[in-house]
Amino acid sequence: MGAEVFDRITTRLAAREEEARVMHGILVVNLAPDAVAQAARSLKAEFAFDIFLDVTAVDWPGQEPRFEVVWHFYSTTDNVRVCLKTRVPESNPVVASLTPLFGSAAFMERECHDMYGIVFDGNADLRPILLYEGFVGHPLRKDYPKEREQPLVPYRDAAAERGGE
Amino acid sequence: MTVNPRTIPIHPAEATGKSAAFEYLSTRKDELVGWARKFSLFPYPFVTACCAMEFMAVSSTPYDTDRFGAALPRFSPRQSDLLMVVGTVTHKQAPILLKVYEQMCEPKWVMAFGVCATSGGFYQNYAAVAGIDRIIPVDIYIPGCPPRPETVIDGIMKLQDRIARDKHPIITKDF
Repeated sequence: MGAEVFDRITTRLAAREEEARVMHGILVVNLAPDAVAQAARSLKAEFAFDIFLDVTAVDWPGQEPRFEVVWHFYSTTDNVRVCLKTRVPESNPVVASLTPLFGSAAFMERECHDMYGIVFDGNADLRPILLYEGFVGHPLRKDYPKEREQPLVPYRDAAAERGGE
Repeated sequence: MTVNPRTIPIHPAEATGKSAAFEYLSTRKDELVGWARKFSLFPYPFVTACCAMEFMAVSSTPYDTDRFGAALPRFSPRQSDLLMVVGTVTHKQAPILLKVYEQMCEPKWVMAFGVCATSGGFYQNYAAVAGIDRIIPVDIYIPGCPPRPETVIDGIMKLQDRIARDKHPIITKDF
């Protein structure tokens, strides 16, 4: 049953764009950045993909375009998943927001913006959600040093405190 | 020979006068207060992560921290005197931990429960604080990921020993 609906989605979405293939039981469609919103709209309207599972990104350092943004959708009618992927460059990491289609996208886009700095055009509220105000950088980018700390509370000087007693 | 009991020094070994007597009384007072305080630890569980499961285990009947007077969690920091930091503390949460600590009345003690609170454990990243002693002073560290209930009880007993041996001034420099 999955394969049949995958074929229909492939002819509908990937006719315009290059490749679509099934990986681990999930249909993966690679799209251009500006085609994602339309693809998601047709997934929701024509193929009954009613659950927005996640949006995240992958950092490929050294590759151009650097970031791969990944969306996952689930259809409770057909019990299948579809994954949309697109690549955006570091200089202009902008993709369209899916908040008009799926309300639940708002928080996930905020998280993705926190961690990778992807800008979701149309999401009015991209304040930090897991990070805090004043955090500099995007910690899941590969060039963020893993031991870099940005404490909110100044560290106490244990040695001075012991000497002062 | 009859000795007037009023002339017998209170502490024969240090019978050098008034100050020794005062010191003796003050030591006995510290022992009494220490004994009272070590059996009335009111913990405030600052529970943030998976160590909470082990905290529940050690609080439950088979291990029964009530034997050590440390079984009555107070959910207001103002009524508690043992801050148990159970689990990972993140940078985003550090101001909350500091505020809770500062709200507690003296005398207060802090227990770092598990490796994450002790040293950050296996976390070395943008989010986790590498040990709560970077933010607040810690009195007792309990190792383990998570610690076994026996380890926690051992930690409570070591803290009790420390409280019993401590000085307990009635008037401190802050008061």
